Amino acid sequence: MFQIRIHGRGGQGVVTAAELLSIAAFLDGKHSQAFPSFGSERMGAPVTAFCRISEKEIYLREPIMEPNAVIIQDRTVIEPSNAFHGIVDSGFALVSSRAPVSCNNKSIRVSCIDAVGVAMEYIGKPIPNAVLLGSFAALTGIIKIDSVIAAIKQKFSGTIAEKNIKAACFAYDKTQKGDL
Amino acid sequence: MLCQLEGSQAIARAIALCRPKVVCAYPITPQTHIVEGLGELVRSGELSECEFINVESEMAALSVAIGSEAAGVRSYTATSSQGLLYMMEAVYNASGMELPIVMTLGNRTIGAPINIWNDHSDAMSARDAGWMMFFAETNQEALDLHIQAFKIAEKTKNPVMICVDGFILTHAYERVDIPSQEEVDKFLPFYSPEVCLDIEEPLAMGAMVSPDYFMEVRYIAHIKQMKAIETIGSISEEFFQKFKRKSGGFLREYEIDGAETVIVSMGSVAGTIKEVIDELNANGEKIGLLSLICYRPFPADILNKALKNAKKIIVVEKAFAIGIGGFLSREIELAIKDKEIVSVIAGIGGRNITRSMLKECFLQKNNNQSTKFLGLNEGIIEAQ
Amino acid sequence: MSSLTLGNRIKSENVTIQASRLRPNTISSGHRACQGCGEALAARCAIDAAYEAANGKIILVNATGCLEVFSCATPENAWKIPWIHSLFGNAPAVASGVAAALSNQKRNDIRIIAQGGDGSTYDIGMGCLSGMFERNDDVLYICYDNQAYMNTGVQRSGATLPFTRTATTLPNSKYMGNDPQTGKNVPQIAMAHGIPYVATASIGHIHDLEQKIAKAVQINGARYVHIHVPCPLGWGFEPSKTVKIAKLAIKCGLFPLFEAENGKVTKSTPIDEVIAVDDYLKAQRRFAHLFSKSASPDPLSFLQKIADKNIEKYGLKKGISNE
Repeated sequence: MFQIRIHGRGGQGVVTAAELLSIAAFLDGKHSQAFPSFGSERMGAPVTAFCRISEKEIYLREPIMEPNAVIIQDRTVIEPSNAFHGIVDSGFALVSSRAPVSCNNKSIRVSCIDAVGVAMEYIGKPIPNAVLLGSFAALTGIIKIDSVIAAIKQKFSGTIAEKNIKAACFAYDKTQKGDL
Repeated sequence: MLCQLEGSQAIARAIALCRPKVVCAYPITPQTHIVEGLGELVRSGELSECEFINVESEMAALSVAIGSEAAGVRSYTATSSQGLLYMMEAVYNASGMELPIVMTLGNRTIGAPINIWNDHSDAMSARDAGWMMFFAETNQEALDLHIQAFKIAEKTKNPVMICVDGFILTHAYERVDIPSQEEVDKFLPFYSPEVCLDIEEPLAMGAMVSPDYFMEVRYIAHIKQMKAIETIGSISEEFFQKFKRKSGGFLREYEIDGAETVIVSMGSVAGTIKEVIDELNANGEKIGLLSLICYRPFPADILNKALKNAKKIIVVEKAFAIGIGGFLSREIELAIKDKEIVSVIAGIGGRNITRSMLKECFLQKNNNQSTKFLGLNEGIIEAQ
Repeated sequence: MSSLTLGNRIKSENVTIQASRLRPNTISSGHRACQGCGEALAARCAIDAAYEAANGKIILVNATGCLEVFSCATPENAWKIPWIHSLFGNAPAVASGVAAALSNQKRNDIRIIAQGGDGSTYDIGMGCLSGMFERNDDVLYICYDNQAYMNTGVQRSGATLPFTRTATTLPNSKYMGNDPQTGKNVPQIAMAHGIPYVATASIGHIHDLEQKIAKAVQINGARYVHIHVPCPLGWGFEPSKTVKIAKLAIKCGLFPLFEAENGKVTKSTPIDEVIAVDDYLKAQRRFAHLFSKSASPDPLSFLQKIADKNIEKYGLKKGISNE
């Protein structure tokens, strides 16, 4: 089972990112489960969401405490949300940040992408989730980019879907080239 | 059709497949996404010929459903927590009037202090209200139970409440198999009550009943619900035949053969418990799980039979009564004599229930406490 | 002068439905209301008139209260039309549900009436009533207003008049009965919802009552008819005087008869000969303390002012129409 924890702030599409991941994994033929950190968080407050992906049916309902990967949509939540906590050895951390971010646990593979910058360019709004999912697909290979695209199409429509897909594909290519 | 859907949307789809004629909507977290989903299905025309009514309170939500059901059409509403308490007078009224309304309860605790997170306190507050009550373990089961609920309700003339863990299921995306309209239509016939408010055959409903009759009315309601156990079993069996999926019924067994310790739980926590059982049994433990689906009517005989070989019973319960303790464990004590029964109060007000907590609890031997509180923070208690 | 002498011919056109030998008797005699019950009389008049106007296609939703208790107790039922009682505070919502079901079945020919006393209408059911109004559900709501909780033994409601003696507003040194700074006006609240039809009526004027109900039943959307129904037990008068007391309430201006459409008063029923409120109040034991030798005259002038304002506001003086 591969477990992903997503951190960010209310309004950045954190819960949607987890949902999109789960839909993409489902479209890949896997079992997946996505759920939010069940709060009444308002815009701007730190938010956490979770996604489990597995070949088998998933029974587990506890929050993800030992993720294989974290996606951090806003570097300012790293400290308040303790975002690197519990990541398994040689796990992934994908951070939306222009500047490099370091983690005390050196076995964790930290990657940064200016997801807000890409989102502003392609979507026109500082919502970095699709960008990060594109990058995540390239980085981990856990989900296929085609499935990410299909998931975005399922959840959104029209130009919003198109713009998000373009942003995700751009991030996917950039990450594949190692150009982070 | 297999879909990856939020639990609330899966329930909304299930309700739409049952073709209700009246849906009453009033928002309360964590139930709100269900009625929002239904509103969207009505708007898009996927659920046609349905009156979607935005009411002004939960009291009105259930009261409107009482009126529409009395007038002879299939009616649905959903609520949670404080909302259930706010409509409680109507909850008793609906069952007393034998109106087969189906209601989803997105389980959430009850304040004060205000708390929007999951436990079963709300459901337990209605456990004596004469409704049939079922708990879903997964979103698939939530979907399936709703389809069965209308059939059970209409056949037994008794309202049915489907309890779905708030957030943990209502807000979780997971895989669900959504049946086709044709399949559901074959399973759930068009609703046509024997009697209803009808100008051709006038009748009075909800008349006053004096002490000369009242006890008999209540007695009959009790007998009817106990007899409904048969109906619930056969409808679950029919569901299996038609949809090739075991859903509903009374309880779900996991690793029960040869189990010395049997855990009993209701709702979604069964999933985490199963993971713990797998791990512990791989290390030589003999632990099994009974996930109780049908809470009202209480299937005492069926539970008794299922637990007959257990040496120890641990009831993991997400609600308790202040001043006495767990509800479910006490009810199981009535059904099962001379066995060690431990009540584990867990997940109150949305407290996480983790594998490590459960593992420790299941392995504890010779405990002298019959009621334990899982993950209680002693530091907070001492500071008070 | 007519060519036919009075008594030799009786025209039937001016006869009320109640006076007709063909009256529908939607609520049959033999129910358990008190002697002289204004609510029972009003319900029979109103529902008979509605029954006529809707060609017998009526479903009734009843709130808990005297009317519910005396008309339908197992195994007896005085109603000859479909009738449902659910709770004290939810009759408008239950009626909304019945209306939704019938609308779904395309049976808009069947008319839904919800009814309750002032306790359920003014107080416990106000939320459901307001919800039914603002959704403009196809329901006629009838309030039988006897200005207190009579079913439980004459306690104060939001409809109780200032200075009234009830079981919970006893005359004391602070107030001479019910606190004059309290209470509300539900017909005005109904009008504020902008619903298509609001009317007040009284069993002191049955022609008017029947006409208003007949009109209300045939309008689509939410409608409210408020009927003044004296209660011999709660108000303290002889059971034979119910209609007379109702007439006095109209004549003094304390109970104005009017109609309103879409939030605006469209018509009011002028008073033939205005009387002083004292003449109405004196006839009832609930106001007896206002007439004791030591009583202050202030309450009477306060109530007289309410009546005067009503007369002015609704244009109740003969020959002076409103607006």
